[in-house]
Amino acid sequence: MEPPDPPTITPASTPALEMRGITKRYPGVLANDAIDLEVRPGEIHALLGENGAGKSTLMNILYGLAVPDDGQILLDGTPVEMRSPAEAIAYGISMVHQHFMLVPVLSVADNILLGDEPVAGLFFLDRRRAHARLRELAGGFGWDLDLDAPVGSLSVGWQQRVEILKALYRNASILVLDEPTAVLTPQETQEIFAVLRRLTGEGYSVIFISHKLYEVLEIADRITVIRRGRVVGQRVPAETDEDDLAELMVGREVQLTVDRGESHPGAPALVVESLRAADDRGHEVVHEVSFEVRAGEIFGIAGVAGNGQDELVEALAGLRAPTAGRVRLEGRDVTGHSARDLHQRNVAYVPADRHRFGLVLSYPLTDNLVLTDYYHAPFARGIVRDDGAITRHAATAIERFDVRTPSTTAIAATLSGGNQQKVVVARELDRELRLLILDQPTRGLDVGSIEFIHRQAIAKRDAGTAILLVSAELDEILELSDRIGVMYRGRLVAIVDGPSASREEIGLLMATGGREVTPTGSASPVA
Amino acid sequence: MDFVLHLPVIGLLLQFVGYLVVVSVQNGNLIITLATPIGLGALCGFMNERSGVVNIGIEGMMLTAAFIAWYVAALAGQVLPAGTPGPLGITLPLLVGLAAALAAGVLVSALHAWLSITVRADQIISGTIINIVALGITGYLGLLISQNSPSSAGNFSSLSLPAGVDGIPVLGWLLNTVIEHGPITLSMLVGVVVLQVLLYRSRWGLRTRAVGEHPRAAETVGIDVIALRYRNVLLGGLLAGLAGAWFTIEYGNSFQGGMTNGRGFIALAALIFGRWTPVGAVGAALLFGVADALGTAIRQGPPTGDLGTFLTAVPPQLFSALPYIVTIVVLAGVVGRSVAPAADGQPYERESKAT
Repeated sequence: MEPPDPPTITPASTPALEMRGITKRYPGVLANDAIDLEVRPGEIHALLGENGAGKSTLMNILYGLAVPDDGQILLDGTPVEMRSPAEAIAYGISMVHQHFMLVPVLSVADNILLGDEPVAGLFFLDRRRAHARLRELAGGFGWDLDLDAPVGSLSVGWQQRVEILKALYRNASILVLDEPTAVLTPQETQEIFAVLRRLTGEGYSVIFISHKLYEVLEIADRITVIRRGRVVGQRVPAETDEDDLAELMVGREVQLTVDRGESHPGAPALVVESLRAADDRGHEVVHEVSFEVRAGEIFGIAGVAGNGQDELVEALAGLRAPTAGRVRLEGRDVTGHSARDLHQRNVAYVPADRHRFGLVLSYPLTDNLVLTDYYHAPFARGIVRDDGAITRHAATAIERFDVRTPSTTAIAATLSGGNQQKVVVARELDRELRLLILDQPTRGLDVGSIEFIHRQAIAKRDAGTAILLVSAELDEILELSDRIGVMYRGRLVAIVDGPSASREEIGLLMATGGREVTPTGSASPVA
Repeated sequence: MDFVLHLPVIGLLLQFVGYLVVVSVQNGNLIITLATPIGLGALCGFMNERSGVVNIGIEGMMLTAAFIAWYVAALAGQVLPAGTPGPLGITLPLLVGLAAALAAGVLVSALHAWLSITVRADQIISGTIINIVALGITGYLGLLISQNSPSSAGNFSSLSLPAGVDGIPVLGWLLNTVIEHGPITLSMLVGVVVLQVLLYRSRWGLRTRAVGEHPRAAETVGIDVIALRYRNVLLGGLLAGLAGAWFTIEYGNSFQGGMTNGRGFIALAALIFGRWTPVGAVGAALLFGVADALGTAIRQGPPTGDLGTFLTAVPPQLFSALPYIVTIVVLAGVVGRSVAPAADGQPYERESKAT
């Protein structure tokens, strides 16, 4: 295999890639409706759109994972057909998927080789030759990669680099990155941006898929916006801004940041003292975490996913028994109390995974809206359900929380993600609360639904509820929180003031844990 | 049973361990022989599960192949001249029977592949169907045919070493244990080494592991997941066919209904115990072979002294049940720690429906 050749730069007049009139129908959905996309050699072209707008479908078509019903793909001006990923790869297209396409138990080298293995003799892998080439490729970026380490042992940032090496190893000239920053810290994001700029400088073309407006503005040369399967506009970063892009993307004017107003924190509602919890395999992943959340404030917990937030939240929501420590709710010890008991004490919990924990997907909305209260009046009389009361309750909740559904008895699985989350929010928030636990409340939602849920959270805060917000989206934390705690490897490494916190400061803490900070002032845990 | 209470338990246990070692060494050849259908069955399971298809139908595949091998060989024996048996007792009718058994293994596997890969049916159900149907049909046909049974075509014989080799210390024992076997057992011994090497050193092995762990990742680098799964399941059918043929044209020369007697399920246990690697699976099969041989050894020549008194006092049926007891103990001890391929049992859908 010859050393990596940067692709030859074709004259600017011929686009490296052109997709013309791409149309793709799925049962009941027109996922792509005559989409045109043009990518020039050496440019970073952003594809912007909400979830479900059709970005992934378009890229799956480009990568041979889906077959378009209509339309044409041209590479360097020549029409081509992509019937499988193998063909797309042969044409020099490589894709870094949002969920990395890496096999965790295989080594870094094997993951990169897979599908394009150098073979010596009849069928034996020529690992030595492959390793030499990979070391050269990684060395070009100054990356010190252990090629024999299992990919599962690498951090997400490094896994992404493995994905990029995978593309370069295949001599790709067009790189598609699907939401590459979704799992990265701000620092890792900057690093990956630097890599992308360097690649385009060498003549590679990059398609950058995202729904994060400021990122697109920072990295892209041109931006194509897609809404409901159609191209609704094309922009150059210099001539647009976040508001303009958001409006194009959503189709109406959107308030990107909710006006959070003044908060008026009261007495501590939730006090957590030296809490410890273990994961399902019995390893302690929450170490001595202490903090408090006051009535009428939003306490945000930032952190890269997998630093113990899940276990912490479950311990607080009554879903996981803490191994040590105390949890007090308005002074009462509720450590290890059950979820139902906490619910009865006016604690609400919006889980991160609405499909597995928030909803019973195969149940109608009526039942999903009473999952926490079906067993007592007014929804039950003795051991018998009161279907009349349940239906009336559903009708009210659906209206009040603006759930877009064909009927109160629609099956939860048939709703869009945003509407599903509104159902969870309606069930959990539609009463007086002492404590509200929001775990990744807007993950995977479109801008409109995010706006709605953030408004609801602010309204609850203003009504005097203590809110614990856990999110891997740093923007969400910064936007809503009055105070911010950062979790790193199971410890709460810092607690900072929300309104004055900077992205860089929090990002650094998320990535490195900083030094152990003793919370002071209003943040000090009550002994 | 009064004397049992007076026995020094520790001493007895030590004696038993010693006896176990002696039995294992003395019966090395028998152990490998008895481990053959389990080992081949486990290799069949390996081919399936490493590429992401659960196969609990190994028992049925083996039973079908056992019946076909016997019946086709017997039929061929009526038409074709047997001639003088070649080395390893190879005759034309036996080869025809063997080929038919391999074909039967592949055919039943094709059914399993189609149900699990193309139709995306529940793979446990598919395997269960194969087991039930195989047991019923071969049992019924076996009874029907035995009324006017064609005479058996005989069976393969073991490789015989030149006289005197047995006398060489250690090497003689080793050669006797490993080499003096029929062709099917020998093919297992070769097969396990070949598969182990290919799994970690060949392109096929790398792709198989990737497809069993993360099929979508494999597809995105241009690997045809469906084709690879089909290929591996069908090749696994060859191994199940070999395992079945062992019963009726190598170890024995006749067919009885249900004669595989759960070996296909023990093969699955061996696969898990062996952590889904060829060498591990066949190593585990040997352990079951030891359990099998132990029962035979105690029946035929019980040890002397207290241990002998004790062992002969135990009902012999218990020793026949040993392989199954070992299966339960092994699975109970190991199941939590042995990790299956991540995509094992999950049907693969090529085009994502997500938008």
